[in-house]
Amino acid sequence: MTLGELGWALVRVAIVLGFLLGALPLVIWFERRALAWFQNRIGPNRLGPFGLFQPIADAVKLFFKEEIVPANADRLIWALAPALSLFPALVAAATIPWGPNRLLTPVADVEIGILYFLAMSSLAAYGVLLAGWSSNNKYSLLGGLRASAQVISYELGMGLALATAILASGSLRMTEMVAVQAEPLWGTVPFLPNWLIFTPWGLVGAALFFVCMLAETNRAPFDLPEAESELVAGYQTEYSSMKFAAFFMGEYMAVLTISGIMVTCFLGGYLAPINWSPLQSLAETVGGVFVPLATLTAALAPPFWFLLKLGFLVFMFVWVRATLLRLRYDQLMNLGWRVLIPVGLVNLALLAVYLLYGWLAALVGYGLAIGLYALWAVGRSRPVERRRVILYAKAHPYIPRQTRASEGQNAYVAQEVLHG
Amino acid sequence: MAERLVFFLCALIAISTAVGVVASRNPVRSALLLVLNFLTLAVLYFTLTAQFVGIIQVIVYAGAIMVLFLFVIMLLNLGSPEAQLPERELRRPVAWLLAIGLFIVLVSQVFLVVGAQPQPLVEAGTARTIGYAMFTRWSFPLLIVAVLLTVGVIGSILLARRRSA
Repeated sequence: MTLGELGWALVRVAIVLGFLLGALPLVIWFERRALAWFQNRIGPNRLGPFGLFQPIADAVKLFFKEEIVPANADRLIWALAPALSLFPALVAAATIPWGPNRLLTPVADVEIGILYFLAMSSLAAYGVLLAGWSSNNKYSLLGGLRASAQVISYELGMGLALATAILASGSLRMTEMVAVQAEPLWGTVPFLPNWLIFTPWGLVGAALFFVCMLAETNRAPFDLPEAESELVAGYQTEYSSMKFAAFFMGEYMAVLTISGIMVTCFLGGYLAPINWSPLQSLAETVGGVFVPLATLTAALAPPFWFLLKLGFLVFMFVWVRATLLRLRYDQLMNLGWRVLIPVGLVNLALLAVYLLYGWLAALVGYGLAIGLYALWAVGRSRPVERRRVILYAKAHPYIPRQTRASEGQNAYVAQEVLHG
Repeated sequence: MAERLVFFLCALIAISTAVGVVASRNPVRSALLLVLNFLTLAVLYFTLTAQFVGIIQVIVYAGAIMVLFLFVIMLLNLGSPEAQLPERELRRPVAWLLAIGLFIVLVSQVFLVVGAQPQPLVEAGTARTIGYAMFTRWSFPLLIVAVLLTVGVIGSILLARRRSA
């Protein structure tokens, strides 16, 4: 490796780290504002324009908080755990390409790019697990155990979803996965790119990946490890000051990184949603109106599309958090093992059918799978138990007693409910 | 030169963590040292152009199996290390004997090839070569291993169920 290569490598690392750290306060601010918007509140809007500096104020506040170490904690591991949860989130983005320039991105265009991401995300379980154990607190331990069980379970579904992307693109290298998606849609439509999500297996895979992505980052509705109504704050109960902030940063960086993986594997990476190259050739041959149009589309550079898709996925995270209720633990395990994994396996098999026998056989396969599932679901369903439910208000109507003159004008006395 | 430096650094960490796994009295720390050992082994695989083997080492051993190990250790809650049973008198010399024997066998293998110039296998550990080997020449053993694993899973479910029935 020459000195120049080393320099470029450092530049690539600096860009990715700079982006992750720079986007972090923005994402936190965005989540708080968007959540407030969903809940008909205003959200943080005092500090700076639109409240943009609020995360900085929060960081300063956390920095000056006292750090309290639990008396019976395993000191070394307790201090190590936040770092262990931050580390995988920081390094997992190393293989994501965010533009066509190979000097600037990705940090390392390795042959096993997607597996590298899987390896780093599987290491993320340690931080949470060790934080829960070393705090020596029953809530923390339960949170840590829940988190590790959840991460292990959903990693399988995630692997199956990524396997469809790998099989469809025929490569583990992330730049090649993007390049495959630049081809014309279904091999026929020239101006639309062949994003994986536009195929049936890609659609199922993307849906699977999205669910697993929520579970892997411990976000709502899969935030059982930090369920505040049961476990105080789960594994981070005993953490304060900057160590708490480290968990927080790790979570949001993981959100960004995993969204980047989904963009790269299923949403066409840095590619534009419309293939502009016919426009470029028109500008060269015809000229006129097409010249400014072509320059405009060229200026909307690939990083812009990447960031747009990334932003959309981050918005999806917030949207789901604002909409869905937290799952119960058995529901979580049932969803992971008995829904996502079978669906992923069938989807993978049908993709293999497509690759071997063509799209007609694959479509027949999808029809057959859906039909069989429908038959099974109908055969399994029991008739709904019909019971007469009487509303409480109907059974016990509220009849105000007549106001007695001696008790004054506002002396309503609560009516004794007539039990009948 | 840089490669050699990486090798000796990783080898040093790997050996010291391996010793630490056995020597540590705290089971959680033992498990964590084993994770570190697996990670350094993965780096060694990377330097041998066996990227696929290395990354599978991280995903399977460091990422899945050791998490389960830690999970079980935490659930068992082994308590303070002093509370554990003292070793029986006979076990210790037998263990030493076995360890020394194994060490001699391994080191003797090194001396068998020490004179020969090592020939680096080009791309022996990439996804492509391993995939071709497993799904063409060795596809039958692969299927048998798959069946064996399935049997193991079913057996463990059976064992877990018998108690409740």
